[in-house]
Amino acid sequence: MKSWEEIERNPKFVELVSKRKSLGWTLSAVMLIIYLGFIMLVAYAPKMLGAPLGAGVTTIGIPVGIFVIVSAFILTGIYVSKANAEFDNLTRQIVEESK
Amino acid sequence: MTRKTLSLTGAFALMLATPALADAISGATQKQATNWHAILMFAAFVLFTLGITYWAASKTKSAAQFYTAGGGITGFQNGLAIAGDYMSAASFLGISGLVYLSGYDGLIYSVGWLVGWPIVTFLIAEPLRNLGKFTFADVASFRFSQTPIRVLAACGTLVTVAFYLIAQMVGAGALIKLLFGLDYWIAVVVVGVLMILYVTFGGMVATTWVQIIKACLLLGGATFMALMVLVKFGFSPEALFSKAVEVHPKKLAIMSPGSLISDPVSAISLALALMFGTAGLPHILMRFFTVADAKAARKSVFYATGFIGYFYILTFIIGFGAIVLVSTNPEFLTDPAKGLAAIKGGSNMAAIHLADAVGGDIFLGFIAAVAFATILAVVSGLTLAGASAVSHDLYATVVKGGKANEADEIRVSKITTVVLGILAIILGIVFEKINVAFMVGLAFAIAASCNFPVLLMSMFWRGMTTKGAVIGGFLGLISAVVGVVLSPGVWEVIFGNPKGSAPVPWSNPALVSMALAFGGIWLFSKLDSSARAKVDKEGFDPQYVRSQTGIGASGASAH
Repeated sequence: MKSWEEIERNPKFVELVSKRKSLGWTLSAVMLIIYLGFIMLVAYAPKMLGAPLGAGVTTIGIPVGIFVIVSAFILTGIYVSKANAEFDNLTRQIVEESK
Repeated sequence: MTRKTLSLTGAFALMLATPALADAISGATQKQATNWHAILMFAAFVLFTLGITYWAASKTKSAAQFYTAGGGITGFQNGLAIAGDYMSAASFLGISGLVYLSGYDGLIYSVGWLVGWPIVTFLIAEPLRNLGKFTFADVASFRFSQTPIRVLAACGTLVTVAFYLIAQMVGAGALIKLLFGLDYWIAVVVVGVLMILYVTFGGMVATTWVQIIKACLLLGGATFMALMVLVKFGFSPEALFSKAVEVHPKKLAIMSPGSLISDPVSAISLALALMFGTAGLPHILMRFFTVADAKAARKSVFYATGFIGYFYILTFIIGFGAIVLVSTNPEFLTDPAKGLAAIKGGSNMAAIHLADAVGGDIFLGFIAAVAFATILAVVSGLTLAGASAVSHDLYATVVKGGKANEADEIRVSKITTVVLGILAIILGIVFEKINVAFMVGLAFAIAASCNFPVLLMSMFWRGMTTKGAVIGGFLGLISAVVGVVLSPGVWEVIFGNPKGSAPVPWSNPALVSMALAFGGIWLFSKLDSSARAKVDKEGFDPQYVRSQTGIGASGASAH
């Protein structure tokens, strides 16, 4: 079993950490911006959200709201698929090399 | 609670999506005729889940089994259980009721309740699973002096759980009075006793299955209702909306944001509390220890986000369905001349009446039983989290210095469960008139201002020290509580002080209390030059390696 110092120096560990960090924090920032943006629209520009989408009564706010909900799911999906494909693979290699 | 008070409590109500529920809480509820379909169906649910508890009890011997189901829950099951833990009766009945009253505003609430989940996936779930064993305090105290951090985390957990639990009990009592026609106190006692049975005998295994079954029932029931509504409009949302606009007294205004968010500072503060409060709720965090590894933890939030997002879209359709099918049917109104606002039992009954309108008596009974089951599942999860904080963090680690024997630890946990259950019953009865929105709001604000900052910084910031964590954490906890008490929603509405006299102008403290917590952690860690601080910082690298790779993490225990 290798020590944590050795694992930390493993280039694969460095790669895993930097990739996961940048993806995780970037996606968090994207979610925060989408959500706070939505709240700002609600607070400052309710009329914009209330504008009709087409000829009917459906307003722009409906697809925008649904978009925020769906974006939460999609962003999570992006992270999970990236992590399943790439991070788990790296982690497995690091774990094996540390034995 | 009147609409006027609702707007005063403003953003608080927003956070909780319970303003409609609050209608039911303030004593305005009238007892309904005893609903036998609902009682029979609820009895079937209880019998079935008690059977599961009996089965789970035989599997619940070790502490790992009791706290985390031995880490043997799959990602998909855990995703359902998380959704079951999170989709409370308040969000089901409250949001659909709010959509019924105000249309679009309900969607704003749903969004707020969902957006914390991606953050949990990106930043919390995997390192949490890799570092912890039973409670989030395992993670927060990983490299620090155990006693002070465990005490802080246990305080954060117990305060959050207490407020959430009281809110659920009060909500349960009021709803059951409405749904089943039982007395308030009977409802509270029934919920308390069942919850004690599930948790003490079945531990996390039983709690998880109660949550999974309830999530399936709730998702199934809500899907059926939304489909029945959409079928009537040829699956055209536009047709549904235009009929709703035609019959709703607010007309076109239901299609755009209303007046519930007026002050931007409160709105942002609230947005932060919602987003990060989710990532600090102890009963939710605990669910990540029930799966085998970080990969399963990550998957479970993905499934949970999907289920919860889908559910909120359904509640939106259900709310609009109720506008069209309930408010136009004199059968569901106390005074048909007054229209929509005169809905029997208040606006949070909108979904229940809609169930009757689209599925008749039997389906009505089903939905009422599901609402009751929902509360049961949520209080079980909460109580287990509270009991774990007492037995694992306070008793085993602080009192016994980590040398408690497992049987004793489980016994303490079970005793705590019984005590918490009895306390919840008593407090539920004492606080019958309290505003549920206020209690849940406090829970979210505290979770975002104490549990979340300490947890996040312990995992990601090398420089945090024991002293910084404790001072920052308590600053967040205390400022959140004080900020809520001095806010207009509580100071003026609950305490009855004159309008405009509240010392704090914002209805949500999170913006300030989170800043105080993070700032406090940073400042007092930087100022800390003790020997302990050196140990704390040196502990970061080994912790980081484990949090990123899972090397050394506790895996699933043998079954």
